[in-house]
Amino acid sequence: MSTVSPTERRLETNLSDDELLRLHRLMLLIRRFEERAEEQYTRDRIGGYLHLNIGEEATVVGTSTAIQPDDYVFCSYRDHGVALAMGASTQQVMAELFGKETGVAHGRGGSMHLLDVKRHFLGGWGIVGGQIPIAVGAALALDNLEKPGAVLCLFGDGAVATGAFHEALNLAGLWHLPCVFVITNNGYGMGTSVERSSAEPELYKRAAAYKMPGERVDGQDVLAVREATQRLLRLARDERQPSVLECLTYRYRGHSPIDPGKGYRTPEEIEEWRGRDPITLFAQRLQERGVLPDNGGQGIVEEVDREVQEAIDFALQSPDPDPSALYHHIYGEAAVEQFARMAPGAPFGERSISPGVVTQDTAAPDTPDEATLN
Amino acid sequence: MAQITYRQALQQALREEMTRDARVFLMGEEIGEVTLTPSKVTEGLFQQFGPKRVRDTPISEEGFIGVGVGAATLGLRPVIEIMTINFILVAMDQVINHAAKIRCMFGGELSVPMVIRLPVAQGSQLTAQHSQSFEGWFANTPGLKVLAPTTPHDAKGLLKSAIRDDDPVIFLEGLQSYSERGEVPETDFTVPIGLAAVPREGSDLTIVAHGFAVRRALRVAERLEGEGISAEVVDLRSLRPLDMETVATSVRKTHRALCVEQGWPTYGVTAELASRIQRACFTDLDAPVERCGGAEVPMPYARTLESAALANDDKIYRAARQVLTESGMLGRGVGRDGGAPSGNGVVRSGTPARAVAG
Repeated sequence: MSTVSPTERRLETNLSDDELLRLHRLMLLIRRFEERAEEQYTRDRIGGYLHLNIGEEATVVGTSTAIQPDDYVFCSYRDHGVALAMGASTQQVMAELFGKETGVAHGRGGSMHLLDVKRHFLGGWGIVGGQIPIAVGAALALDNLEKPGAVLCLFGDGAVATGAFHEALNLAGLWHLPCVFVITNNGYGMGTSVERSSAEPELYKRAAAYKMPGERVDGQDVLAVREATQRLLRLARDERQPSVLECLTYRYRGHSPIDPGKGYRTPEEIEEWRGRDPITLFAQRLQERGVLPDNGGQGIVEEVDREVQEAIDFALQSPDPDPSALYHHIYGEAAVEQFARMAPGAPFGERSISPGVVTQDTAAPDTPDEATLN
Repeated sequence: MAQITYRQALQQALREEMTRDARVFLMGEEIGEVTLTPSKVTEGLFQQFGPKRVRDTPISEEGFIGVGVGAATLGLRPVIEIMTINFILVAMDQVINHAAKIRCMFGGELSVPMVIRLPVAQGSQLTAQHSQSFEGWFANTPGLKVLAPTTPHDAKGLLKSAIRDDDPVIFLEGLQSYSERGEVPETDFTVPIGLAAVPREGSDLTIVAHGFAVRRALRVAERLEGEGISAEVVDLRSLRPLDMETVATSVRKTHRALCVEQGWPTYGVTAELASRIQRACFTDLDAPVERCGGAEVPMPYARTLESAALANDDKIYRAARQVLTESGMLGRGVGRDGGAPSGNGVVRSGTPARAVAG
């Protein structure tokens, strides 16, 4: 992990107190949401994978809140924070983690496939680097349709080694598409450090290969991240110049709940980063400026706690998707007629042994070996 | 009705749909400013519609298929041409893991109205990496639709249906078919997805095929007719969805089924067909369902070897005789005399390689 620049910026910003508090509150919300999600996971209310943003809040909030209403955002499977920062309903995001019909993807996607189309958050993608060409496609659509927005595409340091990253950035550079590529560099792709995965560990330098500006920013500094993202989005929108922004940050947790996050990094390293906790840093700056209300903003903490608790309650009370809806959202409406001659009476050509009966697996759940659940 | 080529039919479909709907755009390698694709289907469209509607790409299939997926999620209707089917392998993650999954994993909030055109060819000494037919891989995947037109008429009508469809469509074109002529209405027409055709009616045997194999099946049916055997040919046109109704209706009439594909039969399209036919027509069958496809080897270069590896006319003919023999319609031994595999397992084909290449 490259060391973070020790330079601490003073709180120089044109943002109003309300706006500063909004950023602070969003980071707190993400932190609390993730802590509670982790706890719900251990209670077996959330299944599958769970990738937490804890430690990365400044990068998540700084990038996601930098957009204009016409812009679009894509990110990786570590997507809870982006969804919340983009304004998706905390309740519906938690419900998705719980696999409920009321979730943002109606229980079809889970933790990795959050989205909020209305707010232009187009997912939550599960294959490392896979969303990068798709984001470039969204930028191409904006260009073809002569729409004013730009696309913000977030991915981790691990994605930089994929072919999809290279191909996508080459196309964006070649075609002058309005896209900002944000590398959330938390130092590790699963358990492999950047130094062990990239010949050039200063990842932003790769931008040069695609004739783009590349910048590195302190990912623990929400205002620095936000300022850089806003500036690069303007460049994309106004001058059709795509760019790369590398945010240096850290995840306190492992890659997912099964990874304790310790085998490949030292306790000292984790402690060092915790000493630069993005929420603590920002709270201190707000305190100095006198923005934080009563008692260091304890009221906000309590408000956020309540919001997350309400989300958990909402998720718990929400209905599971009805098994009879198994075949919903597979194809568009035309498919019903198109598949009708394949296996009459059964969906999508499937041979139905008991027509109209949707079976459930009644065997004891086969839990995969924990080590495989990364 | 005009007689035009398969290539012209596809081009008409593209031109008409691009004129009809400003959201339709083309993307691929050398489809625009220069048209060096084997298909040459897009010739002239760049000049008519400009660089944003006909977008030339670098050799970057994973990149630009992903770009197509993204553009489709925002409402455009990309029609992507991959130079030949073989090159889509480097982009399979975007096709299988992304395009096919998006509608479901985002709970119906996003969709991918995209067409990927894939020319398929075998039999021109193109060798192992350029002679493949793995349409079964796509047809195996929920979320995708897979079409394979054989005639100019169906090429135009199905491509228009594919472009208007709201789901990702894999569109297989016969590289050996581009110069084939056929009658195509000049009116705006579509061929529905999921409906097979019966280009030749018969009463003794059903030969089910798709793509270029249909043309072979029709030639074999002609040959069989000379021997007093009436073979019906079903052209699937659509692999997913599959029109089992037409297939089963035919087999119930003929009581015999031979399924043919260009690709490897093991775990292939004909495996799917055989399974469904035995289930749908079990009591109607006078013989086990037979399958015929390419030899289970990577395609070799030498003409003698390639010719032997293809699902060539002779191989199909012998498979047809085999079904008829097993059903008791022909005397025992006729089929075998007609040519079983030789001792070393290599089929000695009588079909010259160049004839196969078409």
